[in-house]
Amino acid sequence: MRRFFGVTVLAAVCLAFAGALMITVWHISGTQAPVDLPGLLAENLEASGVEHPITAVLLNFRSYDTLLEIGVLVIAGIAGISMAKTTSLEDPLLRTSDSLLYALQRWFVPLMLVLAGYLLWAGSDRPGGAFQAGAVLAASGVMMRLGGIPMEFLRPGVLLRLGLALGFSVFLLVAVASAMAGDAFLAYPEAFNKPLILVIETVLTFSIAMVLLALFVSAPVNGAEEPEEGERG
Amino acid sequence: MTSALLYAFAGVALCGIGLFGFLRLQHLLRKLMAFNLIGSGVFLIMVGLAQRNGQPDPVPQALVLTGIVVAIAATALAVVLIRRYYHLSGQTTLAEPARENARPKARAVNREGAPE
Amino acid sequence: MTLWLMAGLLFTPLAWAVLTLLLDFSKGRVVTWLGILVQVLVSLGLWAAVASDGGFLYLLGGWQAPLGIELRVDGLAVTFVLLTALVAAACGWHASIYLDPGKPWHRYFWPLFWFLWAGLNAVWLGGDLFNLYVGLELISLAAVGLVALGGQADALRAAIRYLMAALLGSLAYLLGVALIYGQFGTLSLAGVTELMNSGDVQSGLTFPLILMLLGLALKTALFPMHGWLPPAHGIAKSPVSALLSALVVKASFYIAARLWLDLGGDLGGYALAQLIGVLGSLAVIWGSWLAFRQAKLKQVVAYSSVAQIGYLFLLFPLTWGVTDAISQQAQQGITLQVVSHALAKAAMFLAAGNLIMSVGSNRVDALAGVSRFLPFSLFSFGLAGVSLMGLPPTGGFAAKWLLLQASLASGQWWWLGVLLAGGLLSAAYVFRVYRASFIEATDTDQFYHPSRSLEVIPMILALMSLGLGLVAEPVLSVMSLPFEGGSR
Repeated sequence: MRRFFGVTVLAAVCLAFAGALMITVWHISGTQAPVDLPGLLAENLEASGVEHPITAVLLNFRSYDTLLEIGVLVIAGIAGISMAKTTSLEDPLLRTSDSLLYALQRWFVPLMLVLAGYLLWAGSDRPGGAFQAGAVLAASGVMMRLGGIPMEFLRPGVLLRLGLALGFSVFLLVAVASAMAGDAFLAYPEAFNKPLILVIETVLTFSIAMVLLALFVSAPVNGAEEPEEGERG
Repeated sequence: MTSALLYAFAGVALCGIGLFGFLRLQHLLRKLMAFNLIGSGVFLIMVGLAQRNGQPDPVPQALVLTGIVVAIAATALAVVLIRRYYHLSGQTTLAEPARENARPKARAVNREGAPE
Repeated sequence: MTLWLMAGLLFTPLAWAVLTLLLDFSKGRVVTWLGILVQVLVSLGLWAAVASDGGFLYLLGGWQAPLGIELRVDGLAVTFVLLTALVAAACGWHASIYLDPGKPWHRYFWPLFWFLWAGLNAVWLGGDLFNLYVGLELISLAAVGLVALGGQADALRAAIRYLMAALLGSLAYLLGVALIYGQFGTLSLAGVTELMNSGDVQSGLTFPLILMLLGLALKTALFPMHGWLPPAHGIAKSPVSALLSALVVKASFYIAARLWLDLGGDLGGYALAQLIGVLGSLAVIWGSWLAFRQAKLKQVVAYSSVAQIGYLFLLFPLTWGVTDAISQQAQQGITLQVVSHALAKAAMFLAAGNLIMSVGSNRVDALAGVSRFLPFSLFSFGLAGVSLMGLPPTGGFAAKWLLLQASLASGQWWWLGVLLAGGLLSAAYVFRVYRASFIEATDTDQFYHPSRSLEVIPMILALMSLGLGLVAEPVLSVMSLPFEGGSR
């Protein structure tokens, strides 16, 4: 009885929330936004160095957001590998032996790598970009991992940490270099807009894939090491 | 009423369902999926509402991309934490195990990690 | 000059995060000391620059809002930047001695610490609603990572609970941002405020503001949404707890306060303001009472945070529908409360860490006899407690005095009871810890003695919190500098 009552109240609260949200959205949809941001964006697109407006917003106009966002991803990666207690990546428990998977792998991994490259390249003038490419790259890594390919660099060692940090550090270096050159933090020098954005996109792709893959690898815990609780050192 | 607005209203529905799931479900992975449901709802509202006049607005689309990356980072971290928590305690919910209350003294010692 | 200071402020924590990620704990410690030095100097420099020349807008990437992201470098922001530098420096210094370099996972402490610092600076300076969201997430994930570090089951439970609350809070905030963007077409907080004041837009809607405040209140652990805070702050390592209680919860409060001060006048209402005030008052009473009842030392301190956070929410009723003078007074009182609580609570958690390290148990009743062995840490704990109680001449007293005056001047006398009861209740839980540590009848005289520097750090923080009441005038004068809004 009490349980039923609880669910009813909760459902009522959620309905009220959705209702209020609905009314607000409806109300807002009847108004006209006073600031024409898309128009402003179109006027300044030329100066940003990329043709695609979304990429321009991500890597030029609001590049500080993107810098911090990659920071968030790196944090998740760090916190993830700090939990990793896998003894060995070759652990048979982690290996899926499935002939279908092997067959798929032979076809898909090269295809996915090409697709990741394409997505990265496409980012400058049509939908695509670093994150999409990184996600595809990470997915192919996950497939290779499931197939039992060891991938030594995913051990929590210096290589992994280097990979995690690479994209972020390059982005940061560009930001600092532009600050040193006298412009504001993250203001790319006009002439280098395009190559710089391309370099940033490439290393970001790599790092995003590394973070996602590292998180996938550190998720399985196979009783490698008990925690320190109760242990007096 | 444009099609973009339809997305916004779908987002509203997702937010409502997600909130119910988030508050109601005890299993941590389900809770996490409910969180992602709310997240998708918010992203739909963000993009749909801004494009209600039928003109594309790249700014919210870029924001949503950033938001997705943040949500993925949070989800992945949560999965790692939940997975390890399950491994150590055998639990899939946040309920305190009964033994903790029964003998707090024995377990409380040296939680702080005194100098080893 | 200010450009260099800004670049240093934004760049150092991020760069140091990467550097320390590549090094192990002991090398990371040395690098961190250097970074702390740079960061403190830069923060001091920026504070001095703003104190002498006034605030300015910093355009990231050289793009003006609404297209780009603007940072608002005003008196209040640099006050918090400086506070963060002081408290984080103390916590980082303490952690470098306190944490055991032998544990392999402690190497990840430094990068998370620096990311946390970067996120805090981003939030204090942020003027863009979405950028504030990213900053909040940066802080939350780094904080969760720090709580979970080491990965014991109990720490993980606390961390997961913390993460879930933080994520839900962020989403509520983000939903509010989405609605505001839909209505105004801009993400700049200053831009939205200007549009609202100019009357070009028909009055905005309250629902987005409520959503954002609700999400931020959840992240700040306002009663009754405080359940996640005590486990997380109680179980983390002491330097981490100090960072979380002193700074992290303040970040979400800071955003809520700025939203309220900019938009609350138009979108808020008397009932909403009073409701938030009542919840804050309940937090003061309930948090203090639970702090008094806790068996574990760090849980006492953690519940005390719930109570002290409650005071902050008196800002809402005391600034709505009152004259500018009263509102200014209330804002100053709250700022002082944030600063003094940050210093006092960091001191308290660090001192508690020393005490726990010394007796080898985290229970209050295990402290018996510690007064003879660790008087210095115990004294720091007490000094910080004096500031929490709000006795003169501490910063806590100055803060509560201003709040009291603002309550009387605005005719909202009912908050007086909260201010008085909160002070008495905090005296009760601080004295309880003291009483436990002065009990002599014990058979233990095996106490581990932590190094001198560990004891000095909380003392410095506690003395700063104590002295804040004496130097409140200059601190407040910088905080309330008028903001002209020129960009640099």
